[in-house]
Formats: sequence, structure tokens, C-alpha cells
Amino acid sequence: MHRGNAFRTVVLLLGLGFLYLPIVVLVIYSFNASRLVTVWGGFSIQWYVALFANAPLMEAAWTSLKIATLSASLATVLGTLAALALVRHGRFGGRSLFTGLIYAPLVMPEVIVGLALLLLFVSVGADRGLWTVVVAHTTLTLCFATVIIQARLASFDRALEEAAMDLGCPPAKTFFTITLPLIAPAVGAAFLLAFTLSLDDLVIASFTTGPGATTLPMRIYSQVRLGVTPEINAACTVLIAFVAVGLGLSFILTRSGARHRDEAAGEASADAVAERHAEVRS
Amino acid sequence: MASRRGRGSSGGALVRIWPFAWLVVFFALPCLLVLRISLSEVATAQPPYRPVIDWSAGLDGVLAAAAELSLDNFRLLLDDGLYWQSALSSVRLAATATLLLLVVGYPMAHAAARLAKRWREIVVILIVLPFWTSFLIRVYAWIGILKPEGLLNTALLKVGIIAAPLEILNTETAILIGLVYSYLPFMVLPLYATLEKLDGTLIEAAQDLGATPTKAFWAVTVPLSWPGIVAGTLLCFIPMVGEFVIPDLLGGSETLMIGRTLWSEFFGNRDWPLASAVAVVLLVLLVGPIVVFRELEARRSAPGAGGRTGGS
Amino acid sequence: MATRNEHVAVGAVRRNFAPWSEPGAEPLIRFDGVTKRYGAVTAVDALSLSIYEREFFCLLGPSGCGKTTLMRLLAGFETPDEGRVLLAGVDQAAIPPHLRPVNMMFQSYALFPHMSVEGNIAFGLRQEGLPRDEIRARVDDMLRLVQLSGLAKRRPDQLSGGQRQRVALARALAKRPKVLLLDEPLAALDKKLREATQFELMDIQMSLGTTFLVVTHDQEEAMAMADRIAVMGHGRIAQLDPPNVIYEQPASRYVAQFIGDVNLLEGEVTGRDGDLCTVSCPAVGSALLVASTEPSAPGQAVAVAIRPEKMRLGRGLPPPGTANAIVGEVWDIGYLGDWTTYVIRLADGHLLRASQANVARFVEQPLTWEETVHAVFAPDAAVLLSR
Repeated sequence: MHRGNAFRTVVLLLGLGFLYLPIVVLVIYSFNASRLVTVWGGFSIQWYVALFANAPLMEAAWTSLKIATLSASLATVLGTLAALALVRHGRFGGRSLFTGLIYAPLVMPEVIVGLALLLLFVSVGADRGLWTVVVAHTTLTLCFATVIIQARLASFDRALEEAAMDLGCPPAKTFFTITLPLIAPAVGAAFLLAFTLSLDDLVIASFTTGPGATTLPMRIYSQVRLGVTPEINAACTVLIAFVAVGLGLSFILTRSGARHRDEAAGEASADAVAERHAEVRS
Repeated sequence: MASRRGRGSSGGALVRIWPFAWLVVFFALPCLLVLRISLSEVATAQPPYRPVIDWSAGLDGVLAAAAELSLDNFRLLLDDGLYWQSALSSVRLAATATLLLLVVGYPMAHAAARLAKRWREIVVILIVLPFWTSFLIRVYAWIGILKPEGLLNTALLKVGIIAAPLEILNTETAILIGLVYSYLPFMVLPLYATLEKLDGTLIEAAQDLGATPTKAFWAVTVPLSWPGIVAGTLLCFIPMVGEFVIPDLLGGSETLMIGRTLWSEFFGNRDWPLASAVAVVLLVLLVGPIVVFRELEARRSAPGAGGRTGGS
Repeated sequence: MATRNEHVAVGAVRRNFAPWSEPGAEPLIRFDGVTKRYGAVTAVDALSLSIYEREFFCLLGPSGCGKTTLMRLLAGFETPDEGRVLLAGVDQAAIPPHLRPVNMMFQSYALFPHMSVEGNIAFGLRQEGLPRDEIRARVDDMLRLVQLSGLAKRRPDQLSGGQRQRVALARALAKRPKVLLLDEPLAALDKKLREATQFELMDIQMSLGTTFLVVTHDQEEAMAMADRIAVMGHGRIAQLDPPNVIYEQPASRYVAQFIGDVNLLEGEVTGRDGDLCTVSCPAVGSALLVASTEPSAPGQAVAVAIRPEKMRLGRGLPPPGTANAIVGEVWDIGYLGDWTTYVIRLADGHLLRASQANVARFVEQPLTWEETVHAVFAPDAAVLLSR
């Protein structure tokens, strides 16, 4: 038993080390005064200063944020509707086609999705730019959003909605007062995932964007192809910090919620025991 | 009994029409467009292919365009060894990486699933966490580690394991490292999901009946985690075949992968019809695995989709 | 067993309540030839049923018999394929669930996890748009009624199972529905709590005068609480009667077997003398005498249904000339404390169950395995079943 434990710990530590090593290296070297990766030239924040002075990079970051916000919002709404259709409306005509359309983009190589959407935009003569990227990202991320929300809805007790209606709440109001608040964590997770995927995407954006709408990954990619630069290290570190703070916050929030529930459950079971004693005595 | 409810059917139509219409217009239609343009000729015009359907000419315009379609692009793909090679090496690299992922991911998932509940949650979060940071950034980070004067070589030289820097960057090894690294969460999570649900008493029962721990692992744990293995394999293999960023950043110019070929036909040579043809070939390569994936998903979600039993 | 005895006492209190036997009484709820199908399965089959105001009514049956579907038809969550559901004389077909004057207590309780106890109870009242103070007052009333006054601010996940059950009850009662529907109200409680809650439900029903429609698969629960029980099977009503009638005069083999323990001895009517039928049962060997008011002609195939507790066991062979004596040997003994159940094996291999109350603490020479015994019953202790 003991040997098994040690083995497990080693496996996990090695695996996690593999996952985190590159990120840690990146963060450390973003503070390196030297331009060379192999030489530690002392602690410095000069690359961060350079980064924020880099106007094209900043502009690209702003574009990416706009695209991510718009497409994630659209994808969350559409994904919620799609999940409702899949979970709630049983078998409808074209259901399997619909399911196929949801799952195919999840595994489809990005180059194909990007190329296909570009060909569509060109053939209808749409002006390419920010909006075409938003549409492209919505298409991809709405499928991820659907899968996340669908999983939550599948385990949702329909009796809750029936109870609300039974108590006089009309169906549409029931959705907003009962269903939506209860699937909110999944909807939130779907939005976050859609946002991150959009912020992260290089390939689809490269195909579908137009003049004046260069995204952050595109800018980073074009610089990276020229070699490792400390400035990009700094940009990456900022992005990582951004994500880490966001995830940390949501983790703390859900954790405290869970702990609250755990305590409550303990209390409840104590009550139950007391109640039983009372019954036995009476 | 199926949840067949009279009410909600009209509301249901309203709910499902928007995402459905979106996916038809922005996914199904474009895919068909790729197929059509793969049958066109390249032209020095905007858009750079011919024939273009002349919608204003009505049915005649469509027919005229259809008459000009040709299989030339696919013939070119067949004749030119370059495309063959890139398709084959994509599949080969993706398959190798999938195997490596199983070898690396299974022990991790297994170990994580057997931790105490509190630790289990933390480890799973730690495994998922890198996925939330930029993919591009994580791949880029490996350049700094793998390049000749990079961290890995410096460390190995210092320790004295090697005498001269290893050539890792711009080789297939680098691509494999990048693939395994980037897709590890996608392999570990489905495996973890099935292993975590695995009833521990089954292993105890197997051992009680005389199986050694190793035998119990192969006879009970592995077969029962088969759905996770299949899901993880498909989830990694399919997108890896069409991967672009990893071979482009970590692989040398001589390593061909089909996603990269498509990219360079499109952006480099501006040959849209040929790029489309490459996309069609890539799709055909993946149709098998995608169908399998869909089937498995359908089977997995079938009990949920059947609706709850209402009448006792 | 205890609950059954107590039921008799409660039954006595309500002896005069029998609107179903009054001619001209208008039912509150009427199912009129209702059919509900799910694909090839017919969950409710051309069923008609009337339930009266202030009645405590139980739908009893095994899972899949259509009892939950019947309740959901009344609540409006299912629509009938054929027939009508009427409430206070009004056809409910066109009325959506949220506008029907019935409320339901769900089997899972379906408490809204994101609202407090108070919020849950007030939910239905808010939908009516009642003024704040009125909602407050009614919520307080309800909390007092179910003895949860101190827990108004708690969330459902901070409550024990029994407390949750009370909140669900309070929430459904808060709107003062004409009918309260209770779907397996006690199924999630453990045995001790279940028995206590049964009586609480009955008290609440009596004091409020609300019509209760309970769906349950637990016969003891139904027997203890209901004014009338409808035993359901395969989408139809097998018998509709007060509990004691259901138990003592089952209408069919199905009902007799579903409610309590019973021995069914298949046979044929050979003669009749007034109310006394002679039945020849191949399993027993001798003819049995059974009192029956139902017309049954000689030659008719029937079953003699006799409850285990209605037989007396004696050691050895019966004295000559004893009527309705069945001879066999002790095959198995199940000691339950208050009762002992003996399984008697008859000559042809049939097994018969007979229960004896353990009135004495010590018995000199208790019956033992493989001993020859005889079981005797009075002609009016058994029932003849032709269906």
C-alpha cells in the first residue's frame, strides 16, 4: 500500500512538472534583464515597460478582448438554447443532424473551420474584419458552450420547474427564476471557456480576419516566428497572470460555497439525528 | 417512458431554430463551399478561383459554374508526392503522439483517481489549469527550452550528460513533445472520468479471487476504463492530425504536416482551390474517427436523452 | 402491524364521512374515461374516478401501474389522449399547470435550492401577486403548521430529510389549493419518521379540510391514512373502497395479493347453501366451506383467499368432523417478535402461510419443523374470488 502511494505521488509530480515547467520558465525569463535565455542578467521589469509601450501589440490585445467578449456572449446565449433543445425537446426532426453539427466543430481541425468560413465570407462578399472573426469564433465556441451547459441540464431535476409551474409560475418566468439561476455556474463556465478559446485562437482568426483587425495571438505569432523575445515572454506572463487571477477567484468562490454547504450538511444530519431521538421518545 | 409533452413543442421550435440556423449557415454551408472550391481552378483574380457562381444569372449561372468543375486539384494531390507525404506523416505523428499520451496520461489519471477526495480535486484542477492559458504561449515556451542554446541543452551540458548540444528543435521529436504537452489534459480528463467512477471494490473482489494487483489491473481496471481510453484517443488524435501551430513553431521546414501544407498553400501560394482540396483530403482522413466519436457520444448520452420515466 | 391497529381508531373518528355513498353528491375531481399512452405503453386505460371534497384519497399500486401519470394529468403536466379531467365541474384540458387550483408535493420535494425555506414557501404566493404582509403572515402560518418556525432563513441543503419534507408540504399548502397532490410523500423518510409523519399528515388534512390525493406504493401508508384507496394495476382501477374493505373483501386475486399476505387456494364451487359455498380445492384434499354473498354457480372456478392471521394452528391431526381444517407439516418458521409466521407444506407440495400472535412469553412446547399440524379457519374468515 505504502509503495503504491509513493509511486502515485511520483507519477503525479512528474506529470505536473512536465505541464508547468515551460510556463514557469517563461515567467522567470520575462523578468530577466538579459536578452539571452541562458544567461540570468538580474531581475528587471524592462520588458514589461517595453511591452506596454508596444502600440501594435496593445492594439491587438484590445481587438482580441473585444472579439472574445462579443463572441463569448453570443456563443453562451446560442449554446444555452442549443443545450435546451438537445436536453428538453426529446426527439425532433433533424435531431441527429443537429447533434452532428454541435459535435463536428469540436474535433474538426481549425485549419478547415478557418478556411471554410473564409470561403463563405468571400463568396457572399462580406467585408472581413472584427465582425467576421466574431462570427467565426462564435461558431466554434458555441459548440463547447453547448456541451458544458448540456451536461448541467441533463442532471437538472425537472421536478423543480414543474414545482414552480405548479405554484403558479408561467413557463417563461420559470426559466428565468428557477432554471437559469440553477444552471448559472455552467453558463458562467461556458462563457469563460468561450472567452478563453477566442482569446487564444490563432488559426481561425488568421483565416477570417481582415485589415485592421489583427488579434493578439496573430501579433504574438508573427513575432515568435522571428525568435524568442523577452517582450513576448512578458506579454505571456501578463496573460497567464490574468487567467490565474480569474481562475483563482472563481475557485475561491466555489470553494467557500462548497464548504458552506458541507457545514450545513453536517448540521442537517445532526438535526436529523436529534429529530429521530425525539420521535423515538414520543 | 419518453418525455413526450404536448406543451413546449412550439416553444421548442423557437429555442432550437437559432443555434441550428447559425450552425447550418456558418458551419455546414462553408464545409460544402470548401468541397465546391476544391473542384475549381486557381485564377489571378479576387477571389482567386474560377468558376465563381454567378448568382444573378439564376439557375443558368449555377449550371455554368457546375459544368466547369474539375478534379484537377485532386489529381495534382495524387501525383505530387509532397501531399501524400504530408498526409501520411500527419497520421503517423498523431498516432505516435496518441500512444505516448496514453503512456503518460494513463498513469497520471490512475494515480489522480485513487487519491483522497480533497487531493483529487486539487490535482484535477492543476491538470486542467494550463489549458486555460494560451496554447500558443505554451508551445512558444518550448522553443526556449528545446533550442540548441536553450535551457535543456544548457542543463545537460552542465551536468555533463552530453558533450555537444542536442538538435531537438525543428525535429519530429520536438513536434511530439509539443503534441504530448499540449494535448495531455485532453487525454487525462476522459481517462480520469472513467477511472474515478470505477468501483474500488471490483479490484478488491478480483484480488480476493486470487488475482495479483498487476493482473487485477489488466483484467478489471483497463477493460472498464475502455470508454475513457477511446474518448481520450479520439479527442487527441483527430485535432492533432490537422494541427498547425505545433509543427510550424517546433518542427523544421522538412517536417510536413497536412495542416501546415494547407496553410502554406493558402497563405503562401494563394492557391485557394488546392488548399480546399487539401482540406477535403484531411476531412476524409478524419471521417472514420469522427463517425466513431459521434457514435460513442450518442451511446453515452442516450440514457439521458431518453427522458425520465414519468408514470409509475 | 401496529399501524394497522391504530388505523382502526382513526377510522372510528371519521366513521360518518362517506360522501361517495351519498346519492347526488358532486365530486370535486372527476376523471372521465381518461386514457394516456406513451408510444406503445398505455399508462392510463379508459379510467373513470370521482374524488370528493375533504377526502383523503390514496392511489395505490406497484410502480408502472399508472398512478403517477394519473396525478400528473390532474396537475397538468400530462395531457390525456382521450377523456376529460374535471375539477369542481370544470374541464381542465385548456388550463396550463400554472393556472390550475391544485398544488403538488413532489416525490423529490423539488425544493428550490437557491431559495430559503421562507422563499420556497412564499414562491407560490408571490406568483399570485399577494401583498407583502399577507405573504409574510401566510408563510408564518405555514411554518407554524409544519413546526419549522425557527428555520425560515435556512436553505434546503441545510435541512434534514424530515424537515425538507415539511417545507415541501408547507409550500404546496401555502396557496390553499382545492386539492393537494402528494407524490410518494413519505418514501424518502426512514421507517420511524415515516410512521410519525403519517399521523401528522392526517392531522393537517383534518384541520385544513383540504382534499388530499396521495400516490403511494406502500400499502401500510395507504391503509393508515386514506378514507378510500384505489388499487391500480395496468392503468386501470382494480378496486376502489375504504381500507378495511380493500383488506377484508378484496375484489380480485390481484388486489388480495397486492395488499398484505394472502393464501390463494384455487378450486371449484361444488355446492351452495344460502350464503355458504362448498368449494373443492385439489391442494387441500377436502372441501372447504366459505361464506359468500356473491352469486356463484356450481362449477365456477374460484380462489379461496385466506389471510395468514385468520387461521388457527393446532398440533397433529384435527379432531374428526372439524370443518375447514387443512393438514400439512411445518416447513419453515419465521419469528418476528409480535408474530410468528409458519409456512405449512400441504400433501401436494403447496405452501400455506399462517401467522400466530405470540400472546405468551413462554410456550412449553412450541411447534417445530416437520411437525404435522392443522390450520383451521371460520367460513366467514375467507373470501371467494372469481376474478
